Amino acid sequence: MSVEHAAVEVHHKESFLTKYIFSTDHKTIARQYLITGIIWGVIGMILSWFMRLQLAYPNQPMPFLEKILGRWAEGGILKPEFYVALITMHGTIMVFFLLTAGLSGTFSNYLIPLQIGARDMAFPVLNMLSYWVFFAASVVMLISFFVQTGPAGAGWTMYPPLSAIKSAIPGADVGATLWLISMGLFIVSSLLGALNYITTTLNYRTKGMSMWRLPITVWGMFVTAILGLLSFPVLLAGAVMLIFDREFGTSFFVPGGLVVGGQPVPHEGGNPILWQHLFWFLGHPEVYIVLLPAVSLVGEILATNARKPLFAYKVSVGALIGIGALSMIVWGHHMYVSGMNPILGEVFVITTLAISFPTAILIFNYLVTIWRGNLRLTPGMLFALGFLGLFIPGALTGAFLATAPVDIQLHDTYFVVAHFHFTMATAAAFGMFAGVYHWFPKMFGRMMNDKLGKIHFWGTFIGVYLIFFPMFFQGIAGVPRRYYSFTEYNFTSQFVGLNKFITIAAFVAGATQLIFLFNFFWSMFKGPKADKNPWKANTLEWQTDSPPPHGNWGPELPVVYRGPYEYSVPGAEEDYIPQTVPIKVEAK
Amino acid sequence: MSEKQSKFHGLLFLFFFITGMILSVWVVLRNGWWLPELASDRETIDKIFVTIFIIAGILFILSELSLSFFVLKYSGDPNRRAFYLPGNTKKEILWSILPGTLVVIILEISAEFLGGASLWGRIYGEVPKDAFLVEITGEQFAWNVRYPGPDGKFGKTDPKLISTDNPLGIDISDEAAKDDIVFPAGQGILYLPLNRPVVFLIRSKDVIHSPYLPNFRVKQDAVPGMTTRTWFVPKKEGEFELACAELCGLGHYRMKLPVVVEPAEKVEEWLREQTPAADLYY
Repeated sequence: MSVEHAAVEVHHKESFLTKYIFSTDHKTIARQYLITGIIWGVIGMILSWFMRLQLAYPNQPMPFLEKILGRWAEGGILKPEFYVALITMHGTIMVFFLLTAGLSGTFSNYLIPLQIGARDMAFPVLNMLSYWVFFAASVVMLISFFVQTGPAGAGWTMYPPLSAIKSAIPGADVGATLWLISMGLFIVSSLLGALNYITTTLNYRTKGMSMWRLPITVWGMFVTAILGLLSFPVLLAGAVMLIFDREFGTSFFVPGGLVVGGQPVPHEGGNPILWQHLFWFLGHPEVYIVLLPAVSLVGEILATNARKPLFAYKVSVGALIGIGALSMIVWGHHMYVSGMNPILGEVFVITTLAISFPTAILIFNYLVTIWRGNLRLTPGMLFALGFLGLFIPGALTGAFLATAPVDIQLHDTYFVVAHFHFTMATAAAFGMFAGVYHWFPKMFGRMMNDKLGKIHFWGTFIGVYLIFFPMFFQGIAGVPRRYYSFTEYNFTSQFVGLNKFITIAAFVAGATQLIFLFNFFWSMFKGPKADKNPWKANTLEWQTDSPPPHGNWGPELPVVYRGPYEYSVPGAEEDYIPQTVPIKVEAK
Repeated sequence: MSEKQSKFHGLLFLFFFITGMILSVWVVLRNGWWLPELASDRETIDKIFVTIFIIAGILFILSELSLSFFVLKYSGDPNRRAFYLPGNTKKEILWSILPGTLVVIILEISAEFLGGASLWGRIYGEVPKDAFLVEITGEQFAWNVRYPGPDGKFGKTDPKLISTDNPLGIDISDEAAKDDIVFPAGQGILYLPLNRPVVFLIRSKDVIHSPYLPNFRVKQDAVPGMTTRTWFVPKKEGEFELACAELCGLGHYRMKLPVVVEPAEKVEEWLREQTPAADLYY
């Protein structure tokens, strides 16, 4: 596992351009991903505010909306086609741009080389390309907001024929083409990233860093990368096929004999369900591509701040791998009522319920990790605990949706909206926040403000519950998701009042994020300087400077002698023993 | 560990979850936010739902309260060390695998053995012979409803024949089509007989829709290019609603079809009064 050849070129001169823009340094690339991700997060959140305003005050003119949105809110009333575009873009941005690129891009890039004791990624130039292709994807997606027919508007799942026939909805026009191109670029970017993460983890571990000594974070990122590499190409194929259906007259997904808006559609012989299989073959692993990095960051932060070894480390790693493997064979649970063969439905019930096995193990192990610990409640730790607090209701409600007959009732209702916002959306966001607070000192060499971090945590945690918990009951009562307004049906109109409450909560929780933004950017320049190892942690990244120099380590690579979680070992002087401490020191 | 951690966060976690749980129960009971009144024979769905709700509810309360309690009880103290659990003993592996196994067993039992699998098989299996047939065809943003007429058979349709006068493209040269009763999009209601199996044949003219009848626990996507099917028995008289559950465009939220359930004889009588297709399309 020798990587000394990389050490030779550590100290070459860097211009501003190669240091901050077209950098091949994994640490800079990670920070680029983080800041781009934060920008996307803010955009995604603002989009959700427009949706919430509409749901709270349906058909009430709000003149300021017209000032902001122009033709999309003539007379101050949001247009339904723009509402559909909002849900589409909110989902796409949050799932892919924030919680995939922002999360994996930041922490896989930052932590893998540092935690395995490497100087950089295996392929630094590919790594740089990965960010810049993602940047291009971002630009294309942003441009789609400004085209005449508006951004893509067929749901983030882009089910054809709605997404394939341009006259079906304004959002199926140029906006959808741009969406598909952007996603194509995005997939290329994440494949380049995944290749790097896998190769680096396998080949660039420093001396003594066996696979069973890897911090759980690296395991999480590694499994995530494999998932991405296996599933993303399928969506890429689907996106290309959909582009062909839209632009070049093929009929992969559009059957014959359709009449849209009184006009016959010149397609023949396609099948819309094919897209659903291709989409969810990525789409479900994607949930875990979002979740696993968050879960593994949380595990690391819990152990470090509980001052206790991660409970049943090997079983937890096994659970991560198990979740990853099973996630490839559960996609059909999104399609119980789609018209696919019902026998398949029963198969997917079994695989889906099986995934609760590794998930329950992992959560239990995390709870035991903090049990009888000596908890240090840093903002990072609070967000890690908050992750558990949000993930638990999310995971448990998965059991309802996994059960095909119950899913008949709950499918495509607000129950699903609440479920995935708890399990993967806000839980992963909490994992990401936890990671930012925890590794900020290493990334930027300065500490974030502790008090502001804690206020941010409580505002967000309570806010998330107030926003999404009531949605479970909206869903149980049958309210379908993606509805522009709740006013049309008796069984939905009872919730117009509750919607006002949720909207207020969304604005308050959203405003709380300003505290984070201020803390983040202010601390980057003005925060107190951070020590090498402010959290007294064991893993390798804390044994080098904050921030680490180009090349990460001095002339010598670190050597690893022990596992990552030797906290509070009886007899040891301190309550932590870094991985670089030779075994004999501890022997009596 | 340099400073003593305050108990504030642990207390707040505990306070938040306890008051939150009590408040939620109170608000939900007070407003009656629950499954809509059941009006079909699919009570198994409710039974499984309630069972999982109780199990998940207990697990939710237990795990959130232990999380809060741990934060309260074990917040750090510089004079104390964390309890050291040595890594990866056999006991540890056993202990971590046990709860996962339990959860899965409980869930599998509630999901599969309470009749979930057999209900699924029934819904998608053979349709009863004397069933009442209705064809529902979605289009942006309303539903066409067609009844087969006295012969109990739907006539052929052809998309080429679709026009404003003949919205389903019914081929009137087909004998079976002549007695079909058609309600074009937005002009019909769904008239269903009480206590008789009702079969929905579900189609779409343009994009994917999904007829959803919350009171009947029925939902099945309408997929263009194919006919999907589901069946159930209406068990309650009255007026209900059918909504669209699959995003189908800008009018998705208002794609409503009124549903009326009445005794079978009344429905038959009403059907006899309607004009058959033969008199509408020549």
